[in-house]
Formats: sequence, C-alpha cells, structure tokens
Amino acid sequence: MNAVFKREFRAYFTSPVGYVVLAVFLFFQGLYFSYMFSTGYSDITFVFSQLFSIVLFVMPILTMRLVSEDTKQKVDQALFTAPVGTLSIILGKFFAAFSVLAVATSITLIYQFLLSMYVKLNWYVYFSNVVGLLLFGAAIIAVGIFVSSLTESQVIAAIGSFAISMFILTLDTIAEMVNIGFITKVVEWFSFSGRYSTFVSGILDYSNIVFFVSFVAVFLFLTVRILDKRRWA
Amino acid sequence: MIEVANLYKRYGNFVAVKDVSFKINEGEILGFLGPNGAGKSTTMNIITGYLSPTSGKVGVGGFDIIENPNEVKSRIGYLPEQPPLYMDMTVREYLYFIFDLKKINIPRTPHIEEICRLVKIDDVCDRLIKNLSKGYRQRVGIAQALVGNPAVLILDEPTVGLDPKQIIEIRNLIKQLGKTHTVILSSHILSEVQAVCERIIIINKGEIVADGTPEQLADNLSHKDITVRVIGDREEIASAINAVDGVKEISQIKSVEPGSLDFVVEPTDSADIRAELLNTLGKKGFQVLELWCKNMSLEEIYLSLVGEKNSDSENKSECYTDQSEPKCFVKSEENSEDACESDTQEEQ
Repeated sequence: MNAVFKREFRAYFTSPVGYVVLAVFLFFQGLYFSYMFSTGYSDITFVFSQLFSIVLFVMPILTMRLVSEDTKQKVDQALFTAPVGTLSIILGKFFAAFSVLAVATSITLIYQFLLSMYVKLNWYVYFSNVVGLLLFGAAIIAVGIFVSSLTESQVIAAIGSFAISMFILTLDTIAEMVNIGFITKVVEWFSFSGRYSTFVSGILDYSNIVFFVSFVAVFLFLTVRILDKRRWA
Repeated sequence: MIEVANLYKRYGNFVAVKDVSFKINEGEILGFLGPNGAGKSTTMNIITGYLSPTSGKVGVGGFDIIENPNEVKSRIGYLPEQPPLYMDMTVREYLYFIFDLKKINIPRTPHIEEICRLVKIDDVCDRLIKNLSKGYRQRVGIAQALVGNPAVLILDEPTVGLDPKQIIEIRNLIKQLGKTHTVILSSHILSEVQAVCERIIIINKGEIVADGTPEQLADNLSHKDITVRVIGDREEIASAINAVDGVKEISQIKSVEPGSLDFVVEPTDSADIRAELLNTLGKKGFQVLELWCKNMSLEEIYLSLVGEKNSDSENKSECYTDQSEPKCFVKSEENSEDACESDTQEEQ
C-alpha cells in the first residue's frame, strides 16, 4: 500500500494536476472567505458550505486517472503480478487522492488563524466542518476510483463520477418528487447534502460518520471486485 | 519448479489456451514458440497470476497460484509483452517503486544499481521513462522483472524493439541469468529461441504441438531423407536403390557435382537403411562419393507444426514472413544445408 500511495501522491505533483487542484481550492476558499469577511461575519462555516460543490467537481479530476490509466498503459500487469493484494493497491490510490484533499482542506487553517486574531473562535465547529468535508470528499473519491476501474478512458471515468455524484446530490429533489412515504425516507437517508449540512452546523453525529465511512468502504470493495473479476473473466 | 497441468482459458466460445501441461525444472531455460495469437502471452499471464485459468492448475515452487498467489508472485519476475512502465517517473524512481511494491528485504540502493548495470541502463537512470527510446524502455522492463532476484523469470518477447546489437546483449544476459534462474521466454523469432533456450515448447492455437530440446524436435520430426551421391548410370542406380529393403521411394534425382548424381531417398518410417544402402550400391560396383541425412532445421520443424494446421499453403509463407528475422529459410533442397550453416553462424 505504501509504495502505491507514495507513487500516486508524488504523481499528482510531478504533473500539473495536483497544483491545479490546489489552485482551484485556494482561489475559491479565498473568494468565499473575502466575501464572508466583507459582510462582517466571523464564521468560517460559510466557506465550508460553499466548498461542498468545489469538492464535488474537483475530486473526479483527481480520481479519473487512478485505475483507468494503469489499465490503458498495462502497468496493472506489474501491480497485479506483485505479491500484494488488490485491496492494498486500491487503498494506496485512495489515500493518495485523499491526501491531496486533506492538503487542500488544511489551507482553511490560514483563514481560521487570521480570524482568531480578531475574535474568539469555536474550534469545535471548525473541526466538525473539516471532518465533514473530508468524509464527503472521501465518498466522492471512492465513487471516482470505482468508475475509473470500469473504463480505460480518463474522460469517461471523470464524466461517470460526475454523473454519479450529481445524482447523489439530487436525491433530495427526487425524494420530494416521489413522495411515497417509505421510498422518500430511504432516498432521504442517502442524501449527502443533508448529512453534510449537519457537519457544517457543527454537529458531529456518529451516524453520519459511520454512513460516509461505510459508503467509502462499499465503493472501494466494489472496485476490488471489479478488478478481480476482470482477471477471472 | 513450475508445474502447469491441464490449463484451459476460455473467453466465451473462444478457447485461448487448450489443455496445456508442462513441467519446468529449476535452472532450465524454456522457450515458448508460436505464431501471433497462439496463446503464449495468455499462458504466461496465467502463470504469473495476472489472469486466472478457466480450469487447470499452476504451481510455482510448490505453491498454487490460486491458493497462495502471493507466495507464487514473490518468486516470479515478469516482463509482459508491453513493459509495464509509468511514463511520468524516472527510471530510478520507477525501480524503487517496484522494489517497494514487491516488499523486498534487502538493501535497496545497491540492489537497484546492480540491476541497472546488468541491463545497461545506468546512464539513463535519472531520465523520465517517457523520454526513453523503445529499446531502453524494454530494458527497464527487464530490470523491473529482475528486482528482488526472483527464482523464476518470465519474459514475454524480451527482445522486441531492440537493435541487433542490443538483441545479442539481451540474449547473452538471459543465458547468463539462466544459470541462476529458471527462465521462460516467449518469442516468435525462431533463431532467438534456438540461440537461448535449452528446451522448446511450440504452441499453436492454444495447444502444445511440440515439446523438447531443439535436437529432439529435429530428431522426431525429420523425415530422415537420405541423400547419396553416386557415380554411374541413372537408371541402374535407381533400380539398385529401389531394391534395398525399407526404401519407400526415390523422391528426387539431380546432378550437383559434375559426373555424379544425387539421389534423395525416402525410407519407410523409422527404418535406418544407410548401411544397407551403402552395401548394396557397393556390391553392384557403383562408387558412392557421399551419403548424408538431412536433418530438419528448427525453422522447418516449426513450419511443419504450425503451418500444417493452417488450411492453405499461402498461410504458411505468410506466417513465415511475419518473423522479423526470416533470413535463411530456403525451401529447395540444394540450399538447405548452406542455409542451416549460415543460420548457425549468425547466432555466434
């Protein structure tokens, strides 16, 4: 896992991808922060609630290459004939993308310190926001890796994971649309934005944490199955 | 060291590998020979655990590829048909990555440096792989297979894309590695397999059609045509030869040396008629200048095995011109001796 993690993480920064992603995050965080600052608020949760859509659009860019490019360049022959399990390879790739997200998220610390020079801050709320953003991002990354394992084309991988994450986002609307008691409840239960807004409002609900962690686990598991199945076909 | 038993690989209705079984002893260099699409790569992919067999067993060093994949994989160094390289890494970074990936417990830097020296890539160590030429990439691929000193090396067409000098270097390297490793090498280049391998398996359309040392193959498959060069009258000699027990027919009569005639005699199966033939001709008073058996070259054997399966003869020659080093395949009898000689010279 370590070898794959190191390689993939480094690959983000030997190509422009990592820098572009960080630049996008910096730009929008700065934009939202200055907007927030100009309106006289000292609550960084506004920035986080806006970052939701940035994560949604940027994470598929991070993940689109991860598995599809290996398949296309046939590097997977080296990976899968090495004495390591498929899961640890996938975990290595997952944590590489996750680390880029973590670096991007940690930039918000700068704003938080800036604010703390003027007002007394609630660090617990900030912490809850960070956890929420990381978990939500991890879920999108897991979906992205899964879609990337289905295709050899990076473009299809990116569009596919956009589509799935957009669909997950519209679940709320779908829930309203269906309006049949039981189904509405199930669909609402899957709603990402509902769960994310709980984090943004500073509530660390265990059920939400467990939801995102299991969501990640399921998609990584599916990825492993897809890759194993390809060899058994 | 490697045991493959009743291996099948099906893709829907298409059978890529059909009942392939063989054993390889430690320290053997085995050549896998066959036309494109014969199932060489598929078989290798199955042995290395990249693909799974539809049925059948693969064991390496006593471990089963399905039950103990990691044990098997840690004993194998694999160079696939297309070297599995990350274009965005330098050669050194890449080899370090492979080293870490294989979880090897020996000092890293000296080991990688030794490999780089061995395959002669030490001068490009810090260059990005995407900027390397095909030949260098191929060598990085070989280096990658050598990382961790695995007991078994599986090399799928290792000399593709190399220039003639590099080809000879790599062949020598493989021979050298064969002293300490078990090697499986696939190729559709006959002379390469002949030059490097102690044992050859010819595979066609997913099936093994021949298995043995080059000499054994030649032995088993040659028609054992005998050529005698005799001084005398054509008709008389012919009738004398025909009278010998075990002669099936005289397939050809021609004159190569002035004043003498060459008779190509085809014996009935497995009969050794040389002594009898000499005796008879001697008794009748003909002067025999020479008598020799023509052994089939590996190329002829290969063609007879692979070509026969193809329906028309057009296919045969096509499957031949496919080779990048066809050189000296000459169908007519006169030149075949010379051809073989020139072949062996070229190897050296």
